Amino acid sequence: MEPETPDTNGAEKPPVTRRSPVIQPGYTYSSVTDKIGSIVLTQRFGIGWWAGFLFAFALVMMLMYAATYLFAKGVGIWGIDIPVGWGFAIVNFVWWIGIGHAGTLISAVLLLLNQSWRTSINRFAEAMTLFAVACAGMFPIMHLGRPWFAYWLFPYPNVMGLWPQFRSPLVWDVFAVSTYGTVSLLFWFIGLIPDLATLRDRATKRAHKIVYGILAMGWRGSAIHWYRYETAYLLLAGLATPLVVSVHSVVSFDFAVGIVPGWHSTIFPPYFVAGAIYSGFAMVLTLAIPLRAAYHLEDFITMRHLENMALVMLSTGMIVAYGYLMEFFTAWYSDSATEIFVPFNRAFGPYAHWYWALIFCNIVAPQMLWFSRFRRNVKALFVTALIVNVGMWLERFIIVVTSLHRDFLPSSWGMYSPTRWDWAIFIGTLGLFVALLFLFIRFLPMISIFEMRELVDETSPKPEGD
Amino acid sequence: MARRPRIYGLLAEFEKPEQLMAAAHRAREAGYRRMDAYTPFPVEGLAEALGRHYTLVPLITLIGGLTGGSCGFALQYWISKIAYPINVGGRPFNSWPAFIPVTFEMTILGAALSAVFGMLALNGLPMPYHPLFNEPRFALASRDRFFLCVEARDRRFDRTETRLLLESLTPRAVMEVENL
Repeated sequence: MEPETPDTNGAEKPPVTRRSPVIQPGYTYSSVTDKIGSIVLTQRFGIGWWAGFLFAFALVMMLMYAATYLFAKGVGIWGIDIPVGWGFAIVNFVWWIGIGHAGTLISAVLLLLNQSWRTSINRFAEAMTLFAVACAGMFPIMHLGRPWFAYWLFPYPNVMGLWPQFRSPLVWDVFAVSTYGTVSLLFWFIGLIPDLATLRDRATKRAHKIVYGILAMGWRGSAIHWYRYETAYLLLAGLATPLVVSVHSVVSFDFAVGIVPGWHSTIFPPYFVAGAIYSGFAMVLTLAIPLRAAYHLEDFITMRHLENMALVMLSTGMIVAYGYLMEFFTAWYSDSATEIFVPFNRAFGPYAHWYWALIFCNIVAPQMLWFSRFRRNVKALFVTALIVNVGMWLERFIIVVTSLHRDFLPSSWGMYSPTRWDWAIFIGTLGLFVALLFLFIRFLPMISIFEMRELVDETSPKPEGD
Repeated sequence: MARRPRIYGLLAEFEKPEQLMAAAHRAREAGYRRMDAYTPFPVEGLAEALGRHYTLVPLITLIGGLTGGSCGFALQYWISKIAYPINVGGRPFNSWPAFIPVTFEMTILGAALSAVFGMLALNGLPMPYHPLFNEPRFALASRDRFFLCVEARDRRFDRTETRLLLESLTPRAVMEVENL
């Protein structure tokens, strides 16, 4: 039977410590299975789900419309021009890729570090990764100008006798992002196989049986299969860990390898990776908090999870703050007039309001997370996570735009402002991301069922059957 | 057709992983080799208890990673030095430091693909039909029950004696699985 848990976030709760449970006590193998499985198999869709999905789907339609117009007219419909040739497309690309990184971090790095609290959040964090990478991958392609030639980016024998230039970080990016997308998909799908088998076995509707049956590929939980499975899963985690670091490093090379003032800096790779994890954890919190409330998963996604994620956010946020300070230092240390000009132009130039908004969102607001009272306040945590999401987007905007708009020659300075098509495509990808998540939570188990059973086994030495 | 259902094996159902573990040890001590256990989550040491001490997955992954990485580097070398040499500021055609990121990504890609597909291939998946699915109670193997199956192809398998052994291990039930 399910335990009755008081639904409060009040201050009278005991403090969250390392010993706080990562799953509320009283669950059995069958009750975790049924509770998570029922969301997919038996629960009705509900008005909230339909409203949310249809709203997000309308935004996807807007994305389709904007992308079609873009393909017909070309990138001139965007605000990009000389000197700012990158604009929203690259801002959004870097932002989305960064969001994806928290999913890989949770599923791979925390697995290797034996952090059992990751179990109830890794599945939807991985789904988030996948959808974020899908959104990210669209932007460079749309930015190509002639997106129907996107396949030219890959090395393949062609009648033109042309090959990609492997000394360019933009080509490295193609390999890094496509590898990242593939490995994230494999990791997610491998994690799903045993749960798909559970759904196949628990399903009562014929359609469910057929679809989950095909996807489960005949998984039957054999001990020898589990043995190979766990080995492969652990290896994938070990492979995904350096991969996630490399992907955002390569993304930062897109900037750092160029000689543009404000970009040409060795701090970029670590600072980008920390920023990616920062924004990714903010997005995981943004998704986890409403999800646990909507599907009553407070027993699985406990305060300990939220608090741990808040702490990861706080620490990576401090690394990001250090990165901002280092920008001033490297500028001063370079002794180059154009480099020194960049941080001052950021802080006091025409985009200063964006810059100070960024400092507020990424450095000032998260300082609240030092206080456990605040970390345990779910609503405050949700608002902070949203603020950090905005802040990290602003960071990429500042990096891309303020460096390009005033570089070496004052005669070629300019301004950038996004058009309605820039916004339509950006908001459209937000809609795509949310729509995919809505589909995911209804059609696949959003928490890894077999890992929760394992957690039940570990946390309650003698679970008595009901 | 003759009314003689061939038997895939005898399936014993347990409630706890510890019971299954003990049963696997006992059955192995009794000389059974063609066995497998089925659990709703990975149980540590169970594969070893069934006599499986190694897996080829790490080796396959290593080979996949090395293949991916060396192909990645060879591709870049061949393109940049032989097929399409471009002089960029007098740098060597084989500017290997610039080839490291793609070589690395290709290593990861090769290793990850071979880990996943190697694991699936060794497990014989996808396998839509398996005799065990004929047993309705087997559906609980993906929920909260732990099963031990002694297969009929084991040399010591005997319908009555094996059943007696399994029943002595305090299972919830012992079932015959038909091989239709």
